[in-house]
Amino acid sequence: MAPAAVRLREAVALAGHFPLLAGVSFEIDEGEVALVRGPNGAGKTSLLRLCCGLLALRSGEGTVLGHDLSKDRRGVRRHVGLLGHQSLLYEELTVEENLRFALRASGSPADRAPAAVLRLGLTGRLGSTPVGRLSAGQRRRTALAVLLARDPGLWLLDEPHAGLDQEGRELLDELVAEARARGRTVLMCSHEHDRAAALSDRVIWMVGGRIVKEPVGVA
Amino acid sequence: MLRDAALVAGKDLRIELRSRVALNQVVPFAAAVVLLFGLALGPDRSVLAPAAAGLFWIAVLLSALLATQRSFAVESADGARDGLRLSGLDPAGIFLGKVGAVVAELLVLEVLLAFGVAVLYGAHLAGALVLLGSCLAASIGLGAVGIVYGAVASGLRVRETLLPLLILPVAAPVLLGATKAWDEALRGTPSHALGWLSLLAVFAVVYVAIGVVAFGPLLEDA
Repeated sequence: MAPAAVRLREAVALAGHFPLLAGVSFEIDEGEVALVRGPNGAGKTSLLRLCCGLLALRSGEGTVLGHDLSKDRRGVRRHVGLLGHQSLLYEELTVEENLRFALRASGSPADRAPAAVLRLGLTGRLGSTPVGRLSAGQRRRTALAVLLARDPGLWLLDEPHAGLDQEGRELLDELVAEARARGRTVLMCSHEHDRAAALSDRVIWMVGGRIVKEPVGVA
Repeated sequence: MLRDAALVAGKDLRIELRSRVALNQVVPFAAAVVLLFGLALGPDRSVLAPAAAGLFWIAVLLSALLATQRSFAVESADGARDGLRLSGLDPAGIFLGKVGAVVAELLVLEVLLAFGVAVLYGAHLAGALVLLGSCLAASIGLGAVGIVYGAVASGLRVRETLLPLLILPVAAPVLLGATKAWDEALRGTPSHALGWLSLLAVFAVVYVAIGVVAFGPLLEDA
């Protein structure tokens, strides 16, 4: 049996005194693709931010790829990649400069960048364009190129299809399937239910910051 | 840590070279401050020259506020700060890199302003070693204080107005020490500036040490 890539036990995360996650427990095995579903405000984005170490674990226990979420958030961050609502890129830097910075910062091999740029269709003039001048879809592709080039052990995808055209959505689906084939773990939330469900091994349902077993009343 | 610092400093300086905010806004702002002080005190160089050191360093201090705010503004767009936190870089390295970039910008600004002060105020730039030493130590001190308090304020909605309130009182020793050191150098008694240079050096070392230790938690809590 594969070891758990993500393991949470009664995980609680707060924004001030407001509970974002109110005692979440689940496990995802390495190489598994899991889809988190639930209505707005269910805690899906918070769950992804907790799993990449951007959100603090206030109580409970959690490990990501063997790194403790309470004691070793830097270790967690080295092994996860987040494709979120924001691109996490520097607007003044070009596509290639952003990629180079992300790879050097994470200690990833720099020679992965050209293949990622090529795969995401960011070659030629686009590669030397500051990200601030790109369209939303092109920024999304750049963020995806960073994720692909880093190829971390855990891919966290928050509404990954948003902002992509049809070709981009199909490419994303291919990349997720390929990541899974390489043994990467993927945790994503998407309102493109059918598309995301087709990529996933299982669905995790959330309501009010908790995992629920039955999707009753869940959008 | 030093590798991470070089990476972050290079990134920040590249962004500044690309956006030219420092060149197009900070330098003209500092020049305007020096010019306005000159206008306020009048054309009499016997009044301006003795005040040159203080006016120079007030202009540098106010410009350092802008440079610090800019250093965090580049991290606020499109979640870049989250990207930096997720990068796995050593927080101490991020701190040193951001300080290094601000110090580089301040040193360039100080060279330009020094020529401005010499021309406008008729100050004679003597005691080059003291002038350069105090510029370096004061810039490191200002950069370190700015990045520490910039991290404190970066997550707050009122950061633009709060940052000067946090930095200006703390940076008072830098303003005092640098002004006195420059004053001694400009008066032709640079050997009298050693005590003030020591103050600047101690201030810089203390705030760099505080930043190296505290920047990680500050970045998480902001």
